[in-house]
Amino acid sequence: MESLSNRKKVLEQKPMSFGERIYLPSILTGLAITFKHIFKKRETIFYPEQERPMSENWRGLHSLKRDEQGRERCTACGLCALACPAEAITMTAAERKKGEENLYREEKYAAVYEINMLRCIFCGLCEEACPKEAIYLDGPFLEADYVRKDFIFGKDKLVEAPLKS
Amino acid sequence: MELAFVIEKFVLVTVIFLITLGIAAYSTLAERKIAGYIQGRIGPHRAGPGGLLQPLADGGKMFFKEEIIPSESNHFLFIAGPSLALLTASIGSAVIPWGKVLTIGGRAIELQVADINVGLLYIFGVVSLGVYGVMIGGWASNNKYSLMGAIRAASQNISYEIAMGLSIIALLMITGTLSLKGIAAQQEGFWADGWFTWNVFKQPLSFLIFIVCAFAECNRTPFDLPESENELVAGYHTEYSGFKLGAYLFSEYINMFVSSAVMSTLYFGGYNFPFMNDLGLSDNVIALLGIVFLFGKIFFFIFFFMWIRWTIPRFRYDQLMNLGWKVLIPLAIANIVITGIWMTVKDLI
Ligand code: SF4
Ligand code: SF4
Repeated sequence: MESLSNRKKVLEQKPMSFGERIYLPSILTGLAITFKHIFKKRETIFYPEQERPMSENWRGLHSLKRDEQGRERCTACGLCALACPAEAITMTAAERKKGEENLYREEKYAAVYEINMLRCIFCGLCEEACPKEAIYLDGPFLEADYVRKDFIFGKDKLVEAPLKS
Repeated sequence: MELAFVIEKFVLVTVIFLITLGIAAYSTLAERKIAGYIQGRIGPHRAGPGGLLQPLADGGKMFFKEEIIPSESNHFLFIAGPSLALLTASIGSAVIPWGKVLTIGGRAIELQVADINVGLLYIFGVVSLGVYGVMIGGWASNNKYSLMGAIRAASQNISYEIAMGLSIIALLMITGTLSLKGIAAQQEGFWADGWFTWNVFKQPLSFLIFIVCAFAECNRTPFDLPESENELVAGYHTEYSGFKLGAYLFSEYINMFVSSAVMSTLYFGGYNFPFMNDLGLSDNVIALLGIVFLFGKIFFFIFFFMWIRWTIPRFRYDQLMNLGWKVLIPLAIANIVITGIWMTVKDLI
């Protein structure tokens, strides 16, 4: 039958010829190939000093954003938690008190906002679901840690640093 | 025995021993560097300029690691195993002629620790003793995996020793001596009487078998089954940690150095180099240059060992045994026969 891609290869099952069976020619070819590699370009990136440039749509650690006046954008609507296929996000909503208008943008805010980084699959659906543009996956890598509880990131690790005035 | 002789030999032994250790230590670095280069990486480069202090760092790490001796093991033999491996690896260099005679102040100094006329037999004896280090290590660990690994390693070493011994016989037939010094001296220069003097040109098949067996004896890829930790649980050194494991690994590098030296001496003319007698240099300069050339050949072989390691995968165990018994040994015997016929015919003409 005509093959669709024209890349079909018929499997050869002929017994090896004498030249193939003494292996030495193929070993010499292999040696030549590895020797050539000695002079090729090195791909090493010296990690702590040098970082690999990430692609445009790289999804790293989450961060909860603030608006232009330094208030937290998140309104604890729970859409991100709903969108999350890994059920990694949990939050507790609270009502904004008098005098806290400079802290939270809406009347409702997340008193507790936690992402379990061991569950998160970095799909970015929370980012897409958020109506307030409050959550972005624009952080660095997830770092290693020793105990599981340290992988549950609370607001202390997620919320952006306050604006400097 | 005069005092000067004793001092001279003592200095020579010390120097050779230190050089052996140094080369073995830096082979570990070279191996990692070459592996890196072949795979498009850099290799170790943090310790010292270009990673030059890496062997020291590795050594320090080995020393300060906790050493565990399994409680049910035979403690004496457990320690004896790696020591024996190190010892047998390093005494092989005693019979290698490192250069021609140096004349200093009217005294002719042989650059060889011991010129025994059965030098080659000595090497083979030492090599076969090396199996004990592995065997004892595996047995003393009191661990079935280690024991099986040790048996695997020992049977590999023994089978390849036979092929190695047979391959060397064809060489001995044309050299007519067992003394390494004699063999090196016969390969004087590079070209004489319209033919190459180096034995590799006279006995290529013997060299091929010898180098394959040398790879197997040093437990180097593609014959490094004793070390395949990922598929065969490492084998004889499973229970070893810290410096005792270091001793086993280090002895592998010493073995590599010594067998490179033996191969250079037996087949590649040892300290001889092309046109050595046509340059009009004094004897001492030629002797010194000879040392340089010998080490050049040795370094090439060490590089070759590593080059092979990062090129071809390891054998399966039955393939390894098949190659040893069904291919190399018959080939070696055939080579002996061919050499015999050729020598008889040459005598008749
Ligand atoms: S990136 Fe995906 S898995 Fe991770 S928290 Fe957001 S929605 Fe959940
Ligand atoms: S991050 Fe966005 S989607 Fe999630 S609770 Fe806050 S506002 Fe709603």
